[in-house]
Amino acid sequence: MHELGITESIVNIVLDKAKEAQASKITEINLVVGELSGFVPDCIQFYFDILSKDTIAQKAYLHFESVPAQLRCRNCTTIFHPQDALWVCPKCQGSSLEITGGRELYVKSMEVE
Amino acid sequence: MRKIEIVQDILEANESIAARNQQLLDKHKVFAINIMSSPGAGKTSLILQTIAKLRDKLRAGVIEGDVASTLDAEKVKDEATAVVQITTRNMPENCTLIATMIDRALKRLPLEDIDLLLIENVGNLICPSEFILGEHKRIVISSLPEGDDKPIKYPMIFADADAVIINKLDLLPYVDFDISAFRRSVKGLNSNAAIFEVCCKSGTGIEEWCSWLLCQKEEIAKRWS
Repeated sequence: MHELGITESIVNIVLDKAKEAQASKITEINLVVGELSGFVPDCIQFYFDILSKDTIAQKAYLHFESVPAQLRCRNCTTIFHPQDALWVCPKCQGSSLEITGGRELYVKSMEVE
Repeated sequence: MRKIEIVQDILEANESIAARNQQLLDKHKVFAINIMSSPGAGKTSLILQTIAKLRDKLRAGVIEGDVASTLDAEKVKDEATAVVQITTRNMPENCTLIATMIDRALKRLPLEDIDLLLIENVGNLICPSEFILGEHKRIVISSLPEGDDKPIKYPMIFADADAVIINKLDLLPYVDFDISAFRRSVKGLNSNAAIFEVCCKSGTGIEEWCSWLLCQKEEIAKRWS
């Protein structure tokens, strides 16, 4: 539901960078979205199509790179990907865990002409 | 065709406004908390209890975030020193407060006349976890009728909380809520979170929560002197 503001930020970032690089067209945008971030790629795509209209980013291909959730057990330091909603260490069954991956949300790169 | 490396955080715009909000709050020595929960868990009740309990010590301001209506602002307006209602229905983000909304609300609050700012976020356990507002502490409320599985289903909001409040304790005989299982889930995600068991209706546990809040305020106040 909050993807509109996020997509506005994406469009602002790529247009700024394209201007700096004196590009005339943005053809591809690479976004990194962590599994634990609450953002839905389909929604970002939907708003992007509207917001990029009549800009040099119009019709740019959005590529979403997903980063899996990664947890670290504070007890035995095992690093693992949680298999379901119940977060427990597969090695020691510990439940004191630190999130070490999956919260990313950034513009990684873009292709321009 | 050429490739441009960017690596820029998309939430950076929100985070820089949040940082500015916090600077403004620090300048005016206002301690701010962001109160988050699902709809109906007791955010407004907790705010009313907190203001009443700390009345002799702190002057309270409230920012009420709702999708629609001014019902909550009406409830707190007689108790708080100042109240600002934010209605998110017509905003790009209607499911959570974001830092720009707080930036605007702070301009409408008499910051020199308040010591504690209670920000009531929109009732939602997902979206508010992505947006910091400039608050000093993040508080999550879970109430017994919601069930003890909320930290498992919505881990992110609990993972970042400074305090988790279990509300509606008076309903324990009537609902299946395993308090120790809930505590274990919260501690598993976030071993630093303080956990309080309260009943906003009767006032049970409010004293302990308010003592914690005062201690947190004193900690933050060290950087103001």
